[in-house]
Amino acid sequence: MYRIRFHGRGGQGMKTASRILGTAFFIEAFEVQDAPIYGAERRGAPVFAYVRAGREAINERGAITNPDLVVVADDTLVPVPAAGVLRGVTENTVLIINSVEEPETWRERLNLTGPVVTMPGVKVGDAQEVRFTGVVSAAAAAAVTGVISKTSFEAAIREEIAPLGEAVVDENLKRGVEAFDLTVKNGVSIKEGSTVSAAAYKRPEWIELGFESAAISAPAIHSAATSERMKTGLWRTVRPVIDYDRCNRCWWLCSTFCPDGAISVNKEGFPEIDYEHCKGCMICMAQCPPHAISAEAEHGRKEGGDEA
Amino acid sequence: MKRRLLTGNAAAAWGARLADVDYIPAFPITPQTEIIETIAGWTDSGEMDASMVTMESEHSMITAAGTAAATGVRVFTATSSQGLLYAMEMLYTVAGWRAPFVLVNVSRALAAPVTLEPDHNDVLAARDSGFLQLHCSTCQEVLDGVLLAYRIAEDSRVRLPMIVNLDGFYLSFTREPVEVPTAKEAKAFLPPFDSKGMSFRASSPISQAVAVLGGGPYSYFRYETHLAALNALTVFDEAAEDFSKIFGRSYGSVESYRTEDAKYLFVMMGSFATKAREAVDRLRDEGWPIGLLRPRLVRPFPAEAIARLASGKEAVAVIDQNLSLGKGGVLFTEVSSVLYGQPGAPVMLSFIGGLGGRDISPEEFFEIAGVAKHAAKEGKAPPPRLLYTEDELKEVRKLQMIANVERGELEDEDE
Repeated sequence: MYRIRFHGRGGQGMKTASRILGTAFFIEAFEVQDAPIYGAERRGAPVFAYVRAGREAINERGAITNPDLVVVADDTLVPVPAAGVLRGVTENTVLIINSVEEPETWRERLNLTGPVVTMPGVKVGDAQEVRFTGVVSAAAAAAVTGVISKTSFEAAIREEIAPLGEAVVDENLKRGVEAFDLTVKNGVSIKEGSTVSAAAYKRPEWIELGFESAAISAPAIHSAATSERMKTGLWRTVRPVIDYDRCNRCWWLCSTFCPDGAISVNKEGFPEIDYEHCKGCMICMAQCPPHAISAEAEHGRKEGGDEA
Repeated sequence: MKRRLLTGNAAAAWGARLADVDYIPAFPITPQTEIIETIAGWTDSGEMDASMVTMESEHSMITAAGTAAATGVRVFTATSSQGLLYAMEMLYTVAGWRAPFVLVNVSRALAAPVTLEPDHNDVLAARDSGFLQLHCSTCQEVLDGVLLAYRIAEDSRVRLPMIVNLDGFYLSFTREPVEVPTAKEAKAFLPPFDSKGMSFRASSPISQAVAVLGGGPYSYFRYETHLAALNALTVFDEAAEDFSKIFGRSYGSVESYRTEDAKYLFVMMGSFATKAREAVDRLRDEGWPIGLLRPRLVRPFPAEAIARLASGKEAVAVIDQNLSLGKGGVLFTEVSSVLYGQPGAPVMLSFIGGLGGRDISPEEFFEIAGVAKHAAKEGKAPPPRLLYTEDELKEVRKLQMIANVERGELEDEDE
């Protein structure tokens, strides 16, 4: 069975990569399992996806702990413990990494004994390139398996990208095929890994979990006031601005409706917006009865809240 | 019939589509949302001729499902975890109405603390509600299970709602090859709902929620519902036989894998059971006489089948992906109650694993087999064990260390 893991950040197309690869294997008459794993979904958070492919029905499930291939679409994930990029990597695992640094640098830095190659055909650091990371990751993976034809890979791209329209399919085909060819030229290939044997295995280090008082064992978060320290004003793209000539000091509507408690009322009864924490949801503007709150673009102002 | 890659969620949606359902009251929750998104797309494009309504809560959603089913139309709905618990009052109520419909539950462990990953405490909280329960271990079984569930729920010997359960992430977001029947094939197995005179209508009101005092009438209604649930054992077997004739896939109320000459058994429910299947194959490679039992039906509980398949074995290791706090594994308790006092009853071992989606490694299955073999030799079971390793506790200790530092800082600030 082939066991392949993709690592990236939310928005880099790792789920799409796993689906293109899964479909490509399926077209080649493999039994397939593909899935993404994420927690609280958001752009930029570490995400991984995996593909299993074999000639017989697949009984294994969940995260792959003994990968034959690891594709890393974002090299900043390597030092992030939660991303688990290197989990289960051995001398038999091929690592494909999207990086400006040389494969040899990564081999030495991570003390790897298996083959390392850089991902072909993506301009690292170019924001416009992010949309092709998924297809290029899938292409590199498909090419190193040696069992997926270019025709099957193209058919898989068509099937998975179709809902996004023909133009997007064409772009992805072009970039995918280019990366596929470049990877084939690299000459790296992976082999199907074996299953864990019941004859000789590492015994699990089970422990007896004992009683601990609720003072320790209840799931409470002790870290208060973190919301105060988190300057969420940075998130704002639109800022509410109060026209104090029109504010009739109703005292409470804008401040009550503010979901972040970022509007207080001063001694004179006028509302004041805490721009360090206002996220710019503009609910206050919608609520204000005398229409005394207007919207201004954040663009061009200094980040964090102070006037430019 | 076409084979394609589908997630468990998409397979559930396909089940509803092929069952040609009329009405889908819905409320989104992770990891179930993709089911109602898929159905919403189909009802919008006209590929599915059904009425879908998003409700303001799961409590209302189940109420709507029950009332609609009482009018004699075919109803589908889906939820998960906290949503199922929020609907709990109505689960018991609509089952009491004897309103047949299918509810897909995508298992996700319960708060607190909050998580998104699966275990079976959510669906087992509905165990005694009167809803029947079918538990799936593959995406194929999810699609097939929805079709089977309608046949069972709507049968006049049963007429009860049924839950089809699939595990979050491990099935809900995982694509596997699934054979999708044509609408014609599905209809051959599952004809339109013959409601046999169920006629709850706005123009001719019926009170479904009668009050009964004194206990006698109440006992009658409750026990009749219990007997209807038990009838589902026979109805399931009949439906599964028809299913196998049309689609060539056989489903028993209990999956029995390499058990015939086995001395030891794993018993599990849901998608993690395929991991146990894999472990059985690896252990068999090394000459171990071991097999797997997996109840597909959990309500009604297939007691007879389990007794027949497990009697005469030397040891049975039940791995529960749930925890009844203050008691232990629910499946362990149920399987033990079936085997206790029977001739040839095996030594029973209890393991708790997979809580909150915690993985169970192949090595852990091998180790469980070893513990079971030892227990059979001693004729005595060890205490129940939580599958939990040294490394996992070390990770928790790190989090506690951070929490303690922060608590200390807060206490300093307070002074």
